[in-house]
Amino acid sequence: MEVRRERLAGGDQFRARQLLARDMLRGDLEGEALERHVEQSVLTTTVQRAVAWSQGNSIYPMTFGLACCAIEMMSIVGARVDIARFGWEAFRASPRQADLLILSGRVSVKMAPVIRRIYDQMLEPRWAISMGACCSSMGVFNNYALVPADKFLPIDVHVPGCPPRPEALMHGILRLRDKILGHSPDGWRERYEAVGTEEILAPAADGPSGDREPHGA
Amino acid sequence: MPDATGLELIAHELREREADSIIGTEFAHRRAVLLVAPRSVLGVLAALRERGYSFLASLHGVDYYPHEPRLGVLYELLDMREVDRLSVKVRVPTEDPHLDSATSLFPGAEFPEREVYDMFGVVFDGHPDLRRILMPEDFEGFPQRRDFPVGGEPVLFTYNERDSYGRWQ
Amino acid sequence: MTTLDPSTYRQREESITYSATPAGTGETHELLTLNIGPHHPATHGVLRLLTTLEGEVVRDIKPIVGYVHTGIEKTAEQKSYWKAIPVVERMDYLSYYFNAMAFCGAVETLLELEVPERAQYLRVIHLELNRIKSHLVWLGTSALDLGAISMFWYCFREREAILDLFEMSSGQRMHTRYFQVGGVIEDIPRGFEAKVRRFCAEMPTRADQYADLLEKNQIVLERLRGTCPLDQETLLSLGVTGPLLRAAGNPWDLRKAHPYSCYDHFDFRIPVGTVGDNYDRYRVRHAEIYESVKIIQQALDGLPEGPHITPDRKVALPPRHELATSMEALIHHFKLVTEGFRVPPGEAYFPIEGPRGELGCFVRSDGSGKPARVHMRDPSFVNLQALAPMVRGSYIADLIATLAMLDPILGGIDR
Repeated sequence: MEVRRERLAGGDQFRARQLLARDMLRGDLEGEALERHVEQSVLTTTVQRAVAWSQGNSIYPMTFGLACCAIEMMSIVGARVDIARFGWEAFRASPRQADLLILSGRVSVKMAPVIRRIYDQMLEPRWAISMGACCSSMGVFNNYALVPADKFLPIDVHVPGCPPRPEALMHGILRLRDKILGHSPDGWRERYEAVGTEEILAPAADGPSGDREPHGA
Repeated sequence: MPDATGLELIAHELREREADSIIGTEFAHRRAVLLVAPRSVLGVLAALRERGYSFLASLHGVDYYPHEPRLGVLYELLDMREVDRLSVKVRVPTEDPHLDSATSLFPGAEFPEREVYDMFGVVFDGHPDLRRILMPEDFEGFPQRRDFPVGGEPVLFTYNERDSYGRWQ
Repeated sequence: MTTLDPSTYRQREESITYSATPAGTGETHELLTLNIGPHHPATHGVLRLLTTLEGEVVRDIKPIVGYVHTGIEKTAEQKSYWKAIPVVERMDYLSYYFNAMAFCGAVETLLELEVPERAQYLRVIHLELNRIKSHLVWLGTSALDLGAISMFWYCFREREAILDLFEMSSGQRMHTRYFQVGGVIEDIPRGFEAKVRRFCAEMPTRADQYADLLEKNQIVLERLRGTCPLDQETLLSLGVTGPLLRAAGNPWDLRKAHPYSCYDHFDFRIPVGTVGDNYDRYRVRHAEIYESVKIIQQALDGLPEGPHITPDRKVALPPRHELATSMEALIHHFKLVTEGFRVPPGEAYFPIEGPRGELGCFVRSDGSGKPARVHMRDPSFVNLQALAPMVRGSYIADLIATLAMLDPILGGIDR
């Protein structure tokens, strides 16, 4: 068996970046080097941040109510939990004009291709929230007629509940907004200062990839 | 509900009209059921409609697995003048699941018969548009039969997340 | 990622379009087939309408449903009777108490169970609150369809008040599993009655405000008056009940005709329309709100003391304080929670008057702890057949208004 060693493209740059990152974590970087490093690694160019800020504050959700969760989604448009506080009250019916697909309700086998088509018609950047238990996992009905939304759509935020309270959906929407604005926190780990409790799964047959956080922070 | 004797009178009358149309009667929990032979359903329903049971409240199917004949169709009739309910039950085997469609008598049976066809496979002869109504058109199988599997996706936990369909790529 | 092959999709669409001949006028002026839905802002849920249009006039319409089919009936067969209640509740998602009532009623018929009177009165209170809530959501979304967008916020404000009441009695806003076989799961807390009375005092004035907003508006009147009427006989032959039938002049209401759950103790009237057009349908539902408020007030005034669930321990959970003292209570609790109760073999059909019509539940039991067949006779499923005769020959705008006044709930249609 022949072992081939290849230099990574930009080989010594890689090592230099590693050292920079190590210094940054130690707090040793300062001045110009720090600024350059931060610029390259984090979403901080002013234009990018401005764009993300404006996107996050004026999402046009699409009117996509399927079942019971749709009624709770309608009640966040209502006056008690008001989505207009965040600038998201312009529900658009046409996928060409909307950028957020809130999948509220059970996705049946017949509806899944329709949703996929609609999602494809939406223009980038677009996000999807899977609201409720039925589309995130199978929910109350784990049977032949339903499809979990993860199977055919990339979902950004799952909101659990059956149906989720409007406040819960609001929380999910605000998490999505955080994600868009670029500062998505570690969630409960950060809040309870529990960093270090990530699970280390037993190595699988195809080789482990080290520490693995359960997704859905 | 007609009480037990009223039910027997109705059954007697219908048997006089057409012999062998009524296979039997059941009366339980103040509910009267007429068991009818498959080929005389339309005649019985027409006779009952003349008698006053002119409103078809519900048409639904039941799978009596493992008792043969397996597929049952129930017609819940309502007499609005006397506030009387009567059920007509028909049982057909899976090998020959044909029944006459009641849409000629009750136009409101159109959607329910399509649903019974979709879920159980009972074919209604004479129905204007017998297609699947709840499942996709090209679905194979009749979901609400007892031997059709419930289906479903496995619940995702961290240990089986890697072998699942995973997050959409 | 699989791509849907367009040729098969087209074939399937053609089979839908041409499988039944549309009713034409004789002279074919350019019939256009327009597909409305399943995703459209003016449908109540995912309803697909294949309309054949001649200009703006609807010549034929075919509703295609099934886009939210959840296999509820099949799932309910896998659960014990107690656990099937939350599954069945999620069928018609605006009238969840009614779904649970129909199912519990059917199982109670099979068990020959006597529901205590306090439980029946509590059930009536929650059912009528749910009826008001369903009519409020209907009113808000219908006005939204017609273009009167502000109504949406007013109706949802009232709806939040009702959901607060539900949350107070059961802990959940929607799909509360408050109704159990034999009664209700918990007695109402202190303060519930006062809150309901305050709500009932406010609601009629609010309903008057809605009427003021809508009924003197020329646009609403022109869109609703005289559009898409349908007579009683056609509706009866189609199997339609509920406010649609009452708008056409037939005062059939199961609460009066065949009272269940102590409805005969209350004095209320049935609003009946005359012409059967969209305006009558709107007025009937609007008037039902006032009647429901009256029923709730009477139920609160006459609320008897007593147990809130049947004392039969083989069916209902014993109260918690008994578990510490009585051995049989512990055993009953254990058996009920793990295995559930068994129902003797039989079939039962229990119809009730839902906000949209006759909601019936058929339960067949084979003696085990799980139902062998649960079928919900949903009113919207049967009422949807009336859409085609109603809109033939009217404009698309009338189609939208009629669909709004028909109040279809796709969860109930598709189950």
